[in-house]
Amino acid sequence: MAIIAVPGTDREPGRPAPPRPTGPARTSLGRKVRDNLTGHTFLIGAVACFAVFSWYPMIRGIVMSFQRTRRGETTWVGWDNYSRIIADPSFWPAWKNTLYFTVLALVLGYAVPFFVAILLNEFRHAKGYLRILVYLPVMLPPASALFLFKFYAYDPSEAGLFNSILKALHLPTSEWMQSPEMTIPAMVIASTWMNMGSAVLIYLAALQNIPGELYEAAELDGAGIWRRIVHVTIPQTRLILALLAMLQIVATMQLFIEPLILANGAGAEDSATSVAYLIYQHGFFQNDLNGAAALGVIMLVVLAGFSAVYARLTAKQD
Amino acid sequence: MAQDSGTRTLISQAQLRRGRGRILYWTLLAVVVVVFTLVFLGPLYWMVTGALKSGQEIAQTPPSLFPKDPRPQNYVDAWNNLDLAKLLFNTFYYATGAVLFQLVFDAAAAYSLSKLRPIFGNLILGLMLATLMIPAMVLIVPQYVTVIDLPIVHINLLDSPFAIWLPLVANAFNIFLLKRFFDSIPEELMSAALMDGATPLRTLWSIILPMSRPILGVVAILAMTAVWKDFLWPKLVMPSPETRTVSVGIYAFAGGTPMNVVIAASVIAAIPTVIIFLIFQRNIMSGLTAGSVKG
Repeated sequence: MAIIAVPGTDREPGRPAPPRPTGPARTSLGRKVRDNLTGHTFLIGAVACFAVFSWYPMIRGIVMSFQRTRRGETTWVGWDNYSRIIADPSFWPAWKNTLYFTVLALVLGYAVPFFVAILLNEFRHAKGYLRILVYLPVMLPPASALFLFKFYAYDPSEAGLFNSILKALHLPTSEWMQSPEMTIPAMVIASTWMNMGSAVLIYLAALQNIPGELYEAAELDGAGIWRRIVHVTIPQTRLILALLAMLQIVATMQLFIEPLILANGAGAEDSATSVAYLIYQHGFFQNDLNGAAALGVIMLVVLAGFSAVYARLTAKQD
Repeated sequence: MAQDSGTRTLISQAQLRRGRGRILYWTLLAVVVVVFTLVFLGPLYWMVTGALKSGQEIAQTPPSLFPKDPRPQNYVDAWNNLDLAKLLFNTFYYATGAVLFQLVFDAAAAYSLSKLRPIFGNLILGLMLATLMIPAMVLIVPQYVTVIDLPIVHINLLDSPFAIWLPLVANAFNIFLLKRFFDSIPEELMSAALMDGATPLRTLWSIILPMSRPILGVVAILAMTAVWKDFLWPKLVMPSPETRTVSVGIYAFAGGTPMNVVIAASVIAAIPTVIIFLIFQRNIMSGLTAGSVKG
């Protein structure tokens, strides 16, 4: 982390620390109150923003999910919003699609960056170039990148980028976003291309912290490349692997812009509708902010469930 | 991190330098460079040149590698029809403001939590970090309701840049990054400044901030690109055509605009972030890994 080193931290190691200001003034009550007030004055801007735009909405969301606002009048309605949102014909398809996307993105978007990082870590040349390439799509505005996929890559005719490659390889072409079976895999491909750069860089940083002696010892014991990956690389990066898996699940569960742009929201036969898209639909098109809030709470509970399982699994390993 | 070629990795250096290992290494490197260039740069090439093609040429099979009859007119149309100058200006304005607000409020908060340590400081930090666990989509509806009618003051922030700037200040990751950096600044410097009679504000301004330029740069770049990439929140809180950001503007026009023009607009929208990335790539990449790996 050469860039984020503090200048002057390791200067003059032998010199003793200057004495702290002492005396009655420092311990007096007035001074203490004043110090605390100064401290809180520096905090006030950030705390106010957290309070208004994070902490309060969190509570408000839960409260809203048990209320209904019609023509400016708000009443308590119990679980009505929940039963209405669950009765929405798109509710189960949305969960099915979101979970399918999450699982597929874990297989593709999780394993691929790890092996790409292992590969890049072995190279002594062109390192900078390869890293820039992998990270470049992360910097594109997602809307720009998705229009590229929508119009050029996933063109269902044979003029599309993917279809012309498939045709050149004599493989069957696909209708991509027009075919319900291919909708989710196509979204996973686009999403992985756009996002894998960050995971690759985080893994690379983790790989560089593995002590070389471990590989040395494994090799002396006769471990081949694959066994070295399984017995040295993976255990040594276990914490980062587990953390990124959790972060990725949280991110993919919020799948929104991919269906919105690639599939115009719902896609063919509800094949693209995601939970986040359903929240957006209810909240901002069907004039049902309360139902949307209820779905938000359901999503929070599901993710909390995942986190609990995750905490259980990681705690067991230690 | 980075180019310390001395450390041993999965495969030993000696093995890569000799005979078969060497040939294999260079072949694999060449293959990876070519494949990565095709996979990551190829689509961008396709995007830039595709937007130069005519409607017929883009629909032909097999597709042409170079535009036969380049039509820069697509880019001109995109610029004029979508009023991209206005959209880019809006986005730039929101991004700059977001950087300033985050630097001022988040650095002040991190300084207080790291050095002044007022009472309840750790509780506040804990509550801030807890927001990292809450997915943005869960909060989108109550946040929107809050923004259209702020509690107590009852102000509607729709179409106001504050609707983008203020929620972004509530960024626990920034505060965490900044606090961790401030923590590594030796305490002696603080007490020396106090002995000289400097106020906490003066200490922050003349000692802490000048030493923290690298991390401030990281936070600024992260803030800038976050605004540039964001889509749903600006779409909701900036509903008027005059206040849209560039991504939202392109999306709004995509329905009734020829596809090549939409792609040309997308290319133009992506240029600023790509330039920022190419200039600051070292800072961006170190900022990304700073939060997750012990440095």
